[in-house]
Order: sequence, then structure tokens, then C-alpha cells
Amino acid sequence: MAEELNPMAKTLGESLRQSGVSRRGFLKFCSATASMMALPPTMVSAVAESLEQAKRPSVIWLSFQECTGCTESLTRSHSPTVENLIFDYVSLDYHHTLQVASGSAAEAAREQAMHDNEGKYLVVVDGSIPLGNPGFSTIAGISNLQMLEETVAGAAAVVAVGSCAAFGGLPHAKPNPTGAVAVSNIVKDKPVVNVSGCPPIPTVITGVLAHFLTFGALPELDSLGRPMVFYGKSIHDRCYRRPFYDKGLFAETFDDEGARKGWCLFRLGCKGPMTYNACATTKWNQGASWPVESGHGCLGCSEPDFWDSGGFYNALSIPDSDVIRNAAYVAGAGVVLGAAAGALNRRKQSKAASEHETVTIDDLDKRS
Amino acid sequence: MQKLRDIAVRVEAKEGVDPTTNHSNATPVMHQVLHALQRLKERGEVTTIDLKSIPFGPGDEAALLSILGCGEVSIELQSLGKSRICETYYPGVWLVDHYNASGERIALSIEINRVPEIVRSQPEDISDAISRLQQQLNPDSTA
Repeated sequence: MAEELNPMAKTLGESLRQSGVSRRGFLKFCSATASMMALPPTMVSAVAESLEQAKRPSVIWLSFQECTGCTESLTRSHSPTVENLIFDYVSLDYHHTLQVASGSAAEAAREQAMHDNEGKYLVVVDGSIPLGNPGFSTIAGISNLQMLEETVAGAAAVVAVGSCAAFGGLPHAKPNPTGAVAVSNIVKDKPVVNVSGCPPIPTVITGVLAHFLTFGALPELDSLGRPMVFYGKSIHDRCYRRPFYDKGLFAETFDDEGARKGWCLFRLGCKGPMTYNACATTKWNQGASWPVESGHGCLGCSEPDFWDSGGFYNALSIPDSDVIRNAAYVAGAGVVLGAAAGALNRRKQSKAASEHETVTIDDLDKRS
Repeated sequence: MQKLRDIAVRVEAKEGVDPTTNHSNATPVMHQVLHALQRLKERGEVTTIDLKSIPFGPGDEAALLSILGCGEVSIELQSLGKSRICETYYPGVWLVDHYNASGERIALSIEINRVPEIVRSQPEDISDAISRLQQQLNPDSTA
């Protein structure tokens, strides 16, 4: 009976067999898992071999300075569903939004999981950690910093879910009133995987957890600590609108002919060329669509400091839309003005990057 | 929980916009299928293409599926949810479409093979079948 209750005791192969799943069903499960992990289909047999022996890792999910958007995203995962994730892939032992227990019972569950799975459990963090004052964000009277340090001490690895945990995110945006930092600023002696995005794509979150379950190790990471399989290519390189960029066909406003024909959104501020994420292939809402497909440029939410890197609607190499408009009026005046506009742009761009521009309602009225 | 497909969405087609518009991303996949089919014939090499990893624009997937169509063989699996498998108009090219128990698509791929791997009876299931049959025929034995 005790073994029945302990999910760690059985391998995934055993528990699926016991619940009457055939080998064929298991292979289907493996195909879906390989596809979710963005592995080539030739890896399905390797996935099957590993999953057969895999034991569900204990997962402790900590939520710090966050908006719960990452958890909202996770609950909309469809492959696997969040229920499948919890029952088949991981043993989710602590997650204060999803768990039934509260108060001291919840904290006891966390301590129990840490104790039972010493050195083997996975810590998932969403939200940044305020260093300005420990009282800015606490759970059960424990500061975020203290909870992170004590929970990570016995962990196998840490997964920083969302741009806040990965790079500081919105709390870290200038002027960063809480002194927010990313997980990797604090955790130095354990592997940290950054699953960035605001929020990250649900199947990317589950894909990373499935990778840990399948191979007992973390996937290959890029220079910012993000899994290469999902963050290895830019949005621009995988965008179905890329051929329009190559042909020089751009939407100039959100309601012009180019926008209706689905041309490239670069001039409307799309950050696709500098953003690395899987939106263009994985898409959102069960593969229904993604920002560019619904006609809006990429905001670059999976990149560090995306909130502070100029306006969402300013094109990457022509940063201020006002300047484009002004320049257009005097186009006849020649190249000199164009060069001046370029210099003005560069100045504005570096200004925007170096300090947070505060915009008031009055400013917005003036601009329109 | 309410599913996406339960929410009524009305598409107001703009006049003059061709509903069959695609972004031509189906064509390179068709070439990939052709080359894989040639390799299957010459060397017996099996290829699987995961369609979820292809950056399709609106209309591309539908265009590809309509070119491939459904040919002589259709198979339905019932294991951890439904799976629809059919041989396309092009023998040797199979469409493998997996769904979970709540009817949501979890994988969609093209398999270039004589019979898709998942359709074959698996050795583990055959061993299980032998012991169940033995049990059925000799209910008293413990074997």
C-alpha cells in the first residue's frame, strides 16, 4: 500500500501497463512526447526506451513576484494536458495555486518532498526575487530569497519559468522598485534552465519537464540558458511571413492593404528578428494561431529586458515612428535630412535603452 | 473546462480575399515526401515528418492535407484517445493523426512506410496476448 502511494517507486512503463495501456498506446504517448519536446521523429524509439524506465520526478513549484500568467499558460497545455502532466510526467508536490492544501499543511508538503527526494527533485520558479526588502514578497512569512535558497539546496536542477524568473521581467523593469533579480542571479551552484516568455508557450514548459523525465537530464542550452530545441531559431527565421520581408513587402499600418494581405510586420515594430522562441511552429491555443498570424508583430517577450528596449511599435532599425512621419513630410528635401533623421533616431534609441521613458496621459494626447 | 472549439467563432470573410490562400509552405513538404518515397522504394528507408515542427501559415496545412487526401486504407486506433491513420492518394505515404482522450490533437505526422509502425502488433502486446489466451483456455493454471 505504501508503494502504491509513492509515485516514485514505479517506472512510467510499469504504471502505464498497470493501468491497461498497450505497447501501442505507449508508442503513441512517446510520439506525442517527442513531438512536444521538438525532437526529430527518429528519436521516438530512444524516447520509448528511456520513458519505459523513467520515474516521475518530484517537482516543487515556487511562485514569487509574478502575475500567475505562467501558471495560467501551463493549465492551458493540451499536449500533455496539465492533468496528464501531473499524473504521468511529474509528481507535482507543491504549487500554491494548484494544490488543495494551504497554510502550514502546504509548507509541510514542500518540506516532505524535499526530504523524501533529496538531491533528485526539480524546482520550478516563476516570478522574480526582490532583494530590495525581503518583506516585499513573502509566502507563509518566509521571504522569497530564503525560500528559494532553502528549497534549491537539495534540488537536482532549477527551471526558471517565464521572463521574470529567467531575466527579472516586469518587476525588474526600470526603475526596478523592489530590486528584483532573476533566479540565475542567486542560484550559482545548480543547473538553471531559463524557459522565458511572458508567458512561455505551455507546451514549451511541459516539454522541458518531459525532457527531464525522459532523459533524467536537462536539454542543451543557449547562451542565455534557454533550451536550444525551443529557443534555437529566431521568430523571423521561422516566420511564414518571412518571404514578404525578403521581397520587401511590408504592412505600413494595421489596416492598410499590406496588413490585409498578411505582409511582413517589421515596420510596425515586430521584434521577430531579435527574438528567439518557438511561437512560429508551436503556436498558441492548441496550435490555433500566434501573434504574427493574428496580425500583430512580436513583442520580443522571451528576450531579457524586453519591456525597456524601446516602444513595441517602433521598428527595430527605425526606432521612432514620429520621426518616420516627420521625415516623410520633407522627403523632397533630400538625403541630408534623412541622415539627420537617422542620427536623431540613434540618439532616441540609445536614450530609450539607457533610461526608462515615462509616458503620461498628456504625452499620449500630444502624440496622437 | 470549456474547450476552445466550444466557443462559437464567426469568421467574417473579407470580400476579395481568397479563402484558399496559402503561403506555399506545403510545396517544400511535398518535395520532401517525394524524396522519402523514392528512398522507401530503393532502400526500404522509413521517414517520418512531424508536421507540428513546420512553420505553416494560415491555409498551408489544409492545402497540404487536401493535396495528400485519403486513399484506400483508413484505420482508427483506440488507445489513450483516438488516432486516425490513413493512406493518402499516394500509396506508401500515410497520415498519422493522434488525439488525446478529450479529443484534442496531440501529434500530426506523415509517415512514409509500407505500414505505419504503430499499426503493427507490438511484441510486448503479443506476449501479453499469449498469456491472456493461455489463462482463458486454462483458467486453473497459474501460468
